[in-house]
Amino acid sequence: MKILVCMKQVPQKDAPLKLNDSGTWIREDVSHEVNEPDAYALEEALRQKEKHSGEVVAITAGPARAQQVLREALAKGADRAIHLEDNAFVGLDAFNLARVLAAAIKDEKFDLVFTGLQSDDYGYAQTGVVLAELLGWPHATIIMQIEKSDRGIRVKRELEAGYFQFVEMPLPAVLTIQSGINKLRYATLIGIKQAKNKPLRKIALADVQSAIGPNLQKIERLYIPQKSKNTEFLDGPPAEIAKKLVDKLKNEVRVL
Amino acid sequence: MPETILVVVEQRAGKLNRVSWETLTAGQAIAAEMGWTLEAAVAGSGIENLANEVAGKKVAKVYAIQSPKLDPYTADAFAAGLKQFITSRQPRLVLMPHTYQVRDFIPKLATAMARAAITDCIGYKKDGAKVLFTRQMFQGKLAADVSFTSDAPWFVTFQNGAFRGDKVEPGSSPAAPVETVSVDIADNAVRNKPQEVFKEAKQAVDLTQAEVIVAVGRGIKEQKNIDLAKQLAEALGGEIAASRPICDSGWLPMDRQIGSSGQTVAPQLYLALGISGAIQHIVGMKGSRTIIAVNKDSEAPIFEIADYAVVGNLFDIVPPLIEEVKKVKTGG
Repeated sequence: MKILVCMKQVPQKDAPLKLNDSGTWIREDVSHEVNEPDAYALEEALRQKEKHSGEVVAITAGPARAQQVLREALAKGADRAIHLEDNAFVGLDAFNLARVLAAAIKDEKFDLVFTGLQSDDYGYAQTGVVLAELLGWPHATIIMQIEKSDRGIRVKRELEAGYFQFVEMPLPAVLTIQSGINKLRYATLIGIKQAKNKPLRKIALADVQSAIGPNLQKIERLYIPQKSKNTEFLDGPPAEIAKKLVDKLKNEVRVL
Repeated sequence: MPETILVVVEQRAGKLNRVSWETLTAGQAIAAEMGWTLEAAVAGSGIENLANEVAGKKVAKVYAIQSPKLDPYTADAFAAGLKQFITSRQPRLVLMPHTYQVRDFIPKLATAMARAAITDCIGYKKDGAKVLFTRQMFQGKLAADVSFTSDAPWFVTFQNGAFRGDKVEPGSSPAAPVETVSVDIADNAVRNKPQEVFKEAKQAVDLTQAEVIVAVGRGIKEQKNIDLAKQLAEALGGEIAASRPICDSGWLPMDRQIGSSGQTVAPQLYLALGISGAIQHIVGMKGSRTIIAVNKDSEAPIFEIADYAVVGNLFDIVPPLIEEVKKVKTGG
């Protein structure tokens, strides 16, 4: 199976975010990491390849810093990588980004495309499904298990409130992968060494410009959300905080 | 002709889910503020009863979009059926609940119509002739007001709990008219073959019944530290629960998970230890009577919904807290 894994670099989970001057995006001076569900998508692709042989290709769109995501993917076992390298890709909506991804792989023949189920920054949960529609392929979302079957694949979709469903589908297909589908591996020292010699193709903005239209949605304003509650902050040394909390539990929450 | 808002409600096993009613409330509010007409639609097979139920609310009209291919749900059939219907009616705004099912097909539907979807919104704002939709970004740390820059129809989904489902306005008598619309979905259009929906294992614990829940997140750092939170839960006579990453790591079983993919709870007390408060977690617990959050990051989104907040290291706070709770329990 030949599998493409779409990966994204996002701000680190506990990194403090600062707004840019126009209040429409965050400032760049923040540390980044791989979007967590994408790491699970990569791991699943590697496991599928180990079972059925084939090839795993990682792709990302973003400025030079985003190459780190691909380096990690190659070190963990991806065979090659594609970097759509430009800061402009960060500002694309899901529709345009999917168009760019489709343009980047137009000469390739993948059996499967994996994405994480959503990104930690925008949180659209759309890019994979939009890409499937652009490619004319079937898709399934929030996937917790993938097996080969006679017709193609059999996947386990996670539904709400602890429910699941198996779905049979033909290939090629796009799957959005849920966190926790597998256990992530670490890159080995050998893997990191080998990654340096694996192919990493760069695609410039100009090469896919014709695929990009105007964004269909626009962030007018980004801001720190207003508090919906009157939060009471308790401070002091730990022992004192513990006493204050117990007082609240006893006299106001009344659970003691 | 006035502009129309179409709310597409979601049914499962012949029942509308709560977030569908919430979305209808949102539709009523936007319609009133913008002076637009509100219509609703149910899609499926044999769904007239549900259409009639919605027609009892304050809506101008309800459509029962019918095809045997719409049951069971597939993204292919829903996108094809709704595209046909929406293309013929041309509403300005299409609202849907942000459920796993809608997430599965709305990007496909919007793309098939060369339109955009603004997903997982928590509110809206009138801005002159425009409507802005508010959504959380960066895991709830920031919020964004987003506008459509494309032509209508505009697709929007609303997050669980963003509006009050019990505040949906009843209609006047007689009820709104219900029109049945049959959509044609080609035989080869549906590629996926879904099987029966099932529950993994019998849930060992029903967290929805717990009065007190002590929940742990990434801040707990290591599996062996879970025991500390368990001791606190025990002292309080409550249940231990967790955010998704903790269950993904296998530190607590999946049936202890709170959030969109786990259980939705509303206990007297929800004590969140080292939980940052990602949207997916918040939707499962924001209805709690009292929320206490302990987190070392003062900007953690959990503090936005907390009644009592402690900015600090949970490993410093929890041990004396257990002692104090025990004192009260034994000393009276």
